[in-house]
Formats: sequence, C-alpha cells, structure tokens
Amino acid sequence: MARSHDLDINRREVILAGAATAVASSLPGGAEAQPAALPGASGPSHATVSLTVNGVIREIEVDTRTTLLDLLRENLQLTGTKKGCDHGQCGACTVIVDGRRINSCLSLALMHEGQSITTIEGLGTPDQLHPMQAAFVTHDGYQCGYCTPGQICSAVAVLAEVKADIPSHVTDDLTAPIALTEAEIRERMSGNICRCGAYSNIVEAIVEVAGRRA
Amino acid sequence: MKPFTYERALTPAAAAGAAAATPGARFIAGGTNLLDLMKLQIETPAHLIDVNGLGLDRIEATDDGGLRIGALVRNTDLAADARVRRDYPVLSRALLAGASAQLRNKATTAGNLLQRTRCPYFYDPAQACNKRAPGSGCAALGGYSRQLAVIGVSEACIATHPSDMAVAMRALDAVVETVQPTGTTRKIAIADFHRLPGDTPHIETALEPGELISAVTLPKPVGGRQVYRKVRDRASYAFALVSVAALVQEDGTGRIALGGVAHKPWRVEAAEAELPRGAKAVTERLLAGAKPTPDNAFKVTLVERTLGAVLADGRN
Amino acid sequence: MKFDTPAADNPIDQLKIIGQPVSRIDGPLKTTGTAPYAYERHDVAPNAAHGFVVGATIARGRITALDTSAAEAAPGVVAVVTAANAGPLKKGNNNTALLLAGPEVEHYHQAVALVVADTFEQARAAAALVKVDYAPAEGAFDLAKAMDGAVRPEKGDGMGGAADTAVGDFHGAFAAAPVRLDATYSTPDQTHAMMEPYASTAAWDGDRLTVWTSNQMIEWGRSDLARMLGLPKDRVRLISPYIGGGFGGKLFIRADALLAALGARAAGRPVKVALHRPLIVNNTTHRPATIQRIRIGAGRDGRITAIGHKSWSGDLPGGGLETAVNQTRLLYAGAHRLTAMRLATLHLPEGNAMRAPGEAPGLMALEIAMDEMAEKLGIDPVEFRVLNDTERDPENPDRPFSQRQLVACLRLGAERFGWSRHNPKPGQVREGDQLIGMGMAVGFRNNLLMKSGARVRLDAEGRVTVETAMTDIGTGSYTILAQTAAEMMGVGLDKVRVVLGDSSLPASCGSGGQWGANNATSGVYAACMKLREEVARTLGFNSKEAVFADGEVRAGNRAVPLAQAAGAEGLTAEDTIEYGDLAKRYQQSTFAGHFVEMAVDAATGEARVRRMLAVCAAGRILNPKTARSQVIGAMTMGVGAALFEELAVDTRHGFFVNHDLAGYEVPVHADIPHQEVIFLDETDPTSSPMKAKGVGELGLCGVGAAVANALYNATGVRVRDYPITLDKYIHRLPEVG
Repeated sequence: MARSHDLDINRREVILAGAATAVASSLPGGAEAQPAALPGASGPSHATVSLTVNGVIREIEVDTRTTLLDLLRENLQLTGTKKGCDHGQCGACTVIVDGRRINSCLSLALMHEGQSITTIEGLGTPDQLHPMQAAFVTHDGYQCGYCTPGQICSAVAVLAEVKADIPSHVTDDLTAPIALTEAEIRERMSGNICRCGAYSNIVEAIVEVAGRRA
Repeated sequence: MKPFTYERALTPAAAAGAAAATPGARFIAGGTNLLDLMKLQIETPAHLIDVNGLGLDRIEATDDGGLRIGALVRNTDLAADARVRRDYPVLSRALLAGASAQLRNKATTAGNLLQRTRCPYFYDPAQACNKRAPGSGCAALGGYSRQLAVIGVSEACIATHPSDMAVAMRALDAVVETVQPTGTTRKIAIADFHRLPGDTPHIETALEPGELISAVTLPKPVGGRQVYRKVRDRASYAFALVSVAALVQEDGTGRIALGGVAHKPWRVEAAEAELPRGAKAVTERLLAGAKPTPDNAFKVTLVERTLGAVLADGRN
Repeated sequence: MKFDTPAADNPIDQLKIIGQPVSRIDGPLKTTGTAPYAYERHDVAPNAAHGFVVGATIARGRITALDTSAAEAAPGVVAVVTAANAGPLKKGNNNTALLLAGPEVEHYHQAVALVVADTFEQARAAAALVKVDYAPAEGAFDLAKAMDGAVRPEKGDGMGGAADTAVGDFHGAFAAAPVRLDATYSTPDQTHAMMEPYASTAAWDGDRLTVWTSNQMIEWGRSDLARMLGLPKDRVRLISPYIGGGFGGKLFIRADALLAALGARAAGRPVKVALHRPLIVNNTTHRPATIQRIRIGAGRDGRITAIGHKSWSGDLPGGGLETAVNQTRLLYAGAHRLTAMRLATLHLPEGNAMRAPGEAPGLMALEIAMDEMAEKLGIDPVEFRVLNDTERDPENPDRPFSQRQLVACLRLGAERFGWSRHNPKPGQVREGDQLIGMGMAVGFRNNLLMKSGARVRLDAEGRVTVETAMTDIGTGSYTILAQTAAEMMGVGLDKVRVVLGDSSLPASCGSGGQWGANNATSGVYAACMKLREEVARTLGFNSKEAVFADGEVRAGNRAVPLAQAAGAEGLTAEDTIEYGDLAKRYQQSTFAGHFVEMAVDAATGEARVRRMLAVCAAGRILNPKTARSQVIGAMTMGVGAALFEELAVDTRHGFFVNHDLAGYEVPVHADIPHQEVIFLDETDPTSSPMKAKGVGELGLCGVGAAVANALYNATGVRVRDYPITLDKYIHRLPEVG
C-alpha cells in the first residue's frame, strides 16, 4: 500500500510541475546543442545515460539505438518488462517514467537522462507483492503471464491518472470530477492487450484495489 | 534501425540550425512514430536531434483570447488542460480518442501533426509505395484498402493521415508556428499545413528542411456544441475508419472536419453552408469527387450516417 | 497405468484440493515479472548473441542470388546463416514448409537468413544489409477462386477421420423437407497473436543442443528439431517452463528454434532469436480461411431430417484441411447426413492449428445456420436445438455419448441470461441510439485422450515434487498438477513443487486440443498411485487400506508421517497414463451454451458486446478459477473472431497485408464486458481417473456465432461472412434521424 501511495504522490507532483520535469532533465547550459555521444573507442553511435531504475541510479553506456525496453531487458537484465511487439501496438513493455506510464519500446534509452523508471520489479517481489500484484493473483487476472507486468504497471498508473483528473475517451463530462467506473477502467487499460483474454478478471482486480484505496 | 548520432538541443533555433546543417538529421520528441518507423528502416535518419529539452511544453493564453500550445506538450496534458476541456472540448475529445494512454503520455502536439500514414503497404518495406520509395508505385491501389482514403487521392497514393488531434485542430482553425534554420519564424494555417498526395506523396507537409514546429495556436473559443465522433472496428486503441469533428452553433451553422478519409484532415468550408439542410447535403459537398475503392466505399455512407448522428445530437 | 475401464471411486473424489478454486501457484512469479520466458535466459545462457531473421519478400519462387557480404562486414556480426551454409536440413514432420528457405521460396516472409550479432541493434541493422534477388513464380492466393479446383485430400481429415461422410439419403431427404436452408458462409484467415513472440535461446555443448524455447509440445518439438538437424533425439533438450501464449501456434518447432540452433552452431556461442512482430503473421502458421455451405432440411415440427455441411479451405502443397465440418457429424440428430471437406492449393503461408481447429470456424457457420433455420421454422433458437439433441453419435447410433448435458447447458443458460426477453423478430429493440439484440449458440468440442507421463518424488521433509515435460501456456497446468499431487498424497498445496517443460523429464501430452488438463493430471495421478504403493510398502501398510491425509499415512489405528516413508534418500515413482478403447466405445465431448447481448449504434453500426454468458458441461472441473479463466479468454477470442479479426489477403502478391498488432485487431479491454461462466456439475468416468475433460477450446466454440446471431437480432441484417464489420451491414440499417 505504501508503495502505491508513493507513486500517487510522485504522479501528482509531475502533473503539477509540468514543464519543470523537462527542464530538470535538460543538459547544463553552455553549448546550444550538446552531443550526447562520447568520443573514443565506442564510436559516435554510443553514449552514456544516467537514470534511476527502481530507485537505483544507473550509469550505462548504450548504443544510441537502444530503446528503454532493451536497456532494461538486455543491459540491466530486468526482464520483467516484456517485448510483445516492439512497435507500440500491445502495451507489454509498459513502465512508469517519472510517474507516467509509457511504452518503453518506443523510447530511446538516451531520452531518459536523469529520469526515474519504475518497472514491475520495482513494484513488488514474489515474497512482498504490491497490492495490485496481489489482486491480480486473487482474481486470476492473467493466464500466460506475458502481458501481465505491463497490465499491472498500467493498472497502477490508471488509479493515479484518475486521481490526477486526467479524462478519458469515456469520461461523460470533461469538466466534472471523474468517477472510476468499470467503463473508465476498461478504456484506460485498452493500451494493454491480453490475448489470453483475462480482461474481465483484470477489471475486477483493479476495482478491488481502487475500492480499498478509496 | 541504422546507426545514428544523437544530440540534445537546447534552443529551438539551435535545433533548427543543427537540422539544416547535418545531412540526414531528424528531430525526435515523443518518438512514438519515428522510432516505430526507424525499426523498419522506413525512416533512416543519420542524426537525431532530441528536442525534448527545448521548453516548448507550456500551454499559454494568447493576447487575442486563444491558446498557444507548445510543440512539446504531451497529448495527455493537452487533453487534460482545464482551458482546453472547457473552451475546446472537441480537441480534448479527439486526443482522448487516439492511441492509448501510454502513447498519449509520450506523444507531442507537433509529433502528432507529423504522424505518417498507417497504410499497411507503407509499413511493409517489401511493397511498392510512392511515399516510402518515390517512383516505386502504390501497392495499395488494387490491394487491401479498407482503411485508406476516399477523397483527395491520386494515382500515386491513397494513404490517410492517421491523426485524430489534427482533425479537431482543422475544425478549430489552428495555426502552426515554426522556427526555420535561419531563426526566423512563420505561421502556417492548419488548412495549408498538410498536403494532398498528388504525384509527390512523400512530401506530406508545408515544412521545409530543418524547420521546427514550436507551437500550435488556437483562435479564441467559438463556443457551440463540440463533438468528436470516431468510428472504429474495436472500441479503443484503433485508428479511425472515419471520424467527424463538429462545432455546431445554436443557429445551425457550424464547422465539420473529417478524419480517416483523406491524406489530410478533410474540411470543405463551402460544405458547411449546407448544414441547415442536413447530413446528406453536407456529405455530398464534403465528399464531392470522392474516388473510393471497392474496399472502402462504405466510408462515404459511414460519413453521412455519422454526421447525421452528430447533428442530431447537436439539436438535442 | 492403463486406463481401460470407467473410473471407480478414487482418492481424487475426495475433492479436498482438486475442484477448489485455488489461485495459481505460479502467480507470484508471473505478476512480478520473475517467471523467465525463452528470450530472457541471462541466467543459463549469459552472453548469448542476438539473431535477427530475414524474411522472403515474395510469396513463391526462387532465390537467384543471396549476398550476405555487407551483413557479414557490419559491426558486431558474428555469423550469417542461410540455407547455403546451414548444412543439410530436413523438414520437420509437423511442418508443411521448410523453416529456412533456399533456393525455393514457399511463402512470404519464409526465413531466408539469420544474422547473428553481439547486440540486438547490430543484428537488426545488419539483417537489412542481406541482399536477396528472387525469381518470383505465379501462385494461387484466393480461396474463392481456387475452391473449384479443390480436392478431397487423400489423408482424410488429418486426424484419422474421413474427409467425407454420408448417412442415409441426404439429397432425397433435403429435397423432400418442407423447410429448408441452403446458405454459404465464410470465415477468414486468423492469426494466433499470442503476446510473447516465437522465441528461442540455443546453446551447444559439443554435439548436444539445449534450446530454451516457447513451445506447447515438448516431445513433438524435441523429435522434430532433432530430425531437422539430423541429430539423435537424445542429443536435443528442449526447456520451456513459461510460454507467453500459444493458441496452437507454438505446437510445433518454428524458425526461431531452428535458426537459434543453427546460429549458435555457426557463432560458437549461445544465440537467441525472437521473431520480430511484423514477421510473425506470414512467417508462422495461421488458421486457414473457410468457405462453408450448409444445408438443413426439417419438418414443420422442427425436427431435422437432413443436414449437410461442406467446407473448403486451402493450404500449401502437402498441407491439410481446416476440419470445419467435424462438429456437424456429432452435434445434432437427423437421419440423412452428408459432410465433405475439400482442400485447395494456396501459396499463402502455412495453415495449421489455432485454438479449436475445425470446430471454431465450423460452429461459426453451423450455428448461424441453426439460427436461420429456427427463424424459418418460427421456433425459438434454444428450443430448436433442444428438439434436435441426440444422445448417440448420429453417424454411429450404437455409440453413446459418455456424457451429454447440452440441453441442461441451454436451459440453465436461457434462465440465467434472461432469454425469455429475446425478441424473435429482429431489429425491434432500441435503447436510445442503440439497437439491442440477443443471440445464442451451442458450443461443442471433443475430448481427446493422449498418453502422458510424470514422476513424483517424496522427500524427507514430506514435500512432493512433480516432474513432467508438460507445459503451462497460461492454462494453469502448474496449479492443477500441484492440486492433483496434493490430493493424491494427502499433503497441502504448499508442500508440492511442480517442474514442467523440460524434455529431460517424463514425456507428457503437452498443451493442445484442450487435452492438457485431463491427460497431464491423469499422468500425475498414475505416478502418485505408484508412489502411494511405495510409501505403503515402505511403512508396512496395506496400500489398499492406507489413507493419505494431512501429511500422514493412516490405516487402522496407526498413523505415520508421510515424510517418514521417504527416508533420507526420498522415494520416487514414475508412470504414464495410457488409454484403452473407452473413447471409441463412448463419444467423449464437451458442451456449452453461449449467450450474448449486443448493442449496435443505429447510425454508425458500431457493434459492442454488452453481456456474455457461457454454461459449460466438460467433466470434472479441476480448478474452477483457472478453468473459468480459460473460458472467458476463449469467449474474448470469439468476440474478436466475430467482429474484427481477419488476415487481409493480398491476392495479387500472396501475403497477409495487416501483419502486425495494429493492423490485425484483437479485442482490447474496452471490447469486453464482465463475463459470466457456469460449469455444470459433471464427472466423466470414461475419460480418465480424473473424470475430467477439456474446457479451454470449448469456451471459444460457438461464441462467434452467438455474437453474430445477437448482431442479427439487433439489426435485422444477416451477415454470413466473418468478421461482421460494420461495412457489411451499415447500408441496410434504418435511416439516421
């Protein structure tokens, strides 16, 4: 519970801070355009990126082409984040960056300098499940398990987004407070495909966690 | 994905200058479309200029009562902005009808305008496509074209523009503001921003090499009932078969723009004069000269019916 | 253990743990991202190189030149594998086309090369440097055009059955029937679209090959991979503990596994290969499209007198049928019957099994036909089916069904769904701008028996370990095998560990054809029976009297901790369940009633499911929680099949155009409402000692037609070509306004 609460706060700060996030991540002044590529043996197509993953600061030299997803799965061997399509069409690679969920397959690692990444491994462990992970187990909100980390990262973010007053396609009134209905959950979770078809159970899991927190 | 070098730009003018000076350079902001295409080598930039640090991520009131939307404002933030929700709800609705929450969190205002077509032949490098490989032909003509354009098409290309946001902006008479490599700025009306394919479908916008979008401005709110109606096969996370952005005033006048039917957001101002005569009359003007394929002829009927529903809603 | 007489009472019947809705034991791993899938084996294959597959860009023809020099010279490249340098390769027994093309190309995106490099980025970039010249050949790509040249396949339905069957005088009876339906339906090519791409990591140790892969059928896979590479079977080990979805696509060895093995041999180090998503659709297998003609004749009383079902499908030369008429041979009564299947040669990618092959597309057609017939007869669709129920195999009346609770499924389903509110006249119910309709269909899928082995070990702490080469593709195998062992050995679930998916373990039935649960648990049952005897013998109990409960073995007034029997060394037993002829004497099938409510936008035609219910009779339900998940997942796939799933064929160039997850739309959260599933109380003593049957495919069978019938009921427009997208009916909807 504490963990997800922290995420919420993180989320609200980001929303309120808005532009501040981008400014904070820009490079020190001086040159008007600063190459990130390092000179030397690794060549112009490599560069070093420094970011925080699940609370741990990491500084890694990467190929400029390396996506955030491959940085996690290959360089850091955090394989909980899944590669389903590598083209932003499935949501299996969903992670939370500075409080916002994104498709890590459609982002370069280098674009996350100074940012804070939360992956499924950062939410909980088999011995200490995050409430959303526990609810997925209770409600059988998964089958093969491959889309599951992305579903759970999204589900955690959905609750934060509703609290942050971000509307969705099915929000009736854009100017009234948003009610977390099942229709809202379904629409907001639609960027995470589950071919096993656990949707009905996933919604129940999210409703349970949302209810507990309300 | 071909190897490329990467830099982070710190000012818009520096970014535009670097782009003009570096062969094969491209800007990257959200990256949700560019990286997708780079993985397939449909886009092969030699150099990427990361513009995320340019500070163009604010939404500000303009002197004439409108809004200036920074090029880097994320789709989520634009849709959630209280002023947009209150004064330009058609824009919020269009944004929220597009993509998924994950993509909207990353995708930017400028990037959304610059999305490339989702034509499956464009996406398959083994197939002929004048947009991807000028002069190679159009495999979509005579192929699977259910999702593709019905109006403004050419013998060279029947692709559609995939954006929802741009359709609402077209109805709102948005203006695109840019910075050129020389540092000068210019304003391009949204009507002139996207091009029809003609015989150069690879040239999709009025932007010149190195030119960077800095903002999109909206004129002061025009009120009225605002609707964005997107019709798609599955209920979410899908591109439009057709979409209708409508601003309907109490006196029955209004503006209509369509998505999913053309190479650009489709609006024919003259057709709006037909609004009092109903959806059929408007559609006849809007889609006059349509050249659908057998696969997508249904879109003409669908536009009329969707518009009919939108207008009926507006009367309620 | 040979199972050749119907099961009597046995320890499973205690139902202390079996039959309980326990949560998956692999849940904590899957929900924390710590369950390792095939491409993620940094633990066992560190420093694996990355392989990227190059696919052919023609549908048919020959490679005339293949230049890999630029790729080989690219940064980081370790090896480039092509048919020219791979050495002799045989085709797998379960493949129709070769997994590595050259010089012949048999289908679009058939692999022509694997580029292996130190990193994924390097391999992908270098793969684009492989230059291939082709001499394309003409091909047949359009089923509608090829069906006239289709033939009756020599190998029948491919599963030991005939392509054609006939009983009585179909033509005479049909012509004489007072009420007749003669309609043609079509179902499209579909793709499995499992979320985990086909993926393998391969490593050689001398001439021994280990492949961590994503495969439903370990034993088939090991045999076929050994065959392809010309190795003795015992030199190949397949390990597949977690599978990110299969749905039939991962029944067989595919290019990822073969090319990873070849790449690792060429590179001299482990290599991992995942098929990139845009390649998967055309590189791998798909469910073939069908065209189906159904004729039903009935008396005015609603009794079917003649039923005929003919289906056409296509495949590559040497391929097989989509067996879409099979359920029609068994489902409804009727004295005069005719079924036939014809196979056309198509040069599209390889057709093969996808969840409920045969029945899924077959029922999509048959159950619309039944709906149409009910309407012609003026009989309620539920009643029409009840009227034509049969307790015996209608083609072989001497053969009874082992259990057939179809009528009960339909009656209970109708009651729970509120079917009495169904308006038999379509297009009548409107709520605001929505047209509302209800539809139903029957689900039917046979139960299949496959031998399956397992080993169980008891250790000195009283813990039980189950080991079998069974797989868990999301079906819940880990959990139900643990439940089986716990029930049999009288221990808690927390005392049971299950190890799966390794070809070095006892061969198992694997996961396919909804046979996994019943057969794999029966294999564990057999091994546990042996272990119980060992325990009893060791402790000096009469095994017939011994009761295994609460971690103890009891007989008379004596109770001994189970652990005591294990001793320091532990006790091990291994056995295989094998079957006699019960499945021949009794037709073993599973049944369902599917009920769906749809809302269709009266203006735009957008169709959305509002309610879904399935009532299933499928033998003993081993775990109601995981079984329910199987059914709701299948129902979801059925919604996709009804409403939007279709591989679009480019009939000029011979490939599936929409070959990614944006172009091929599968259902998303917003498409699926809360789903209800009811399992009827049933045990089937003829199926196995578990008295269970399959359920994972039953859940799909009939759903598409229930959706189609509901859509018709809402709109009044009958569409016989799947998927039922709005372009097929919008012009016939009432005027807007």
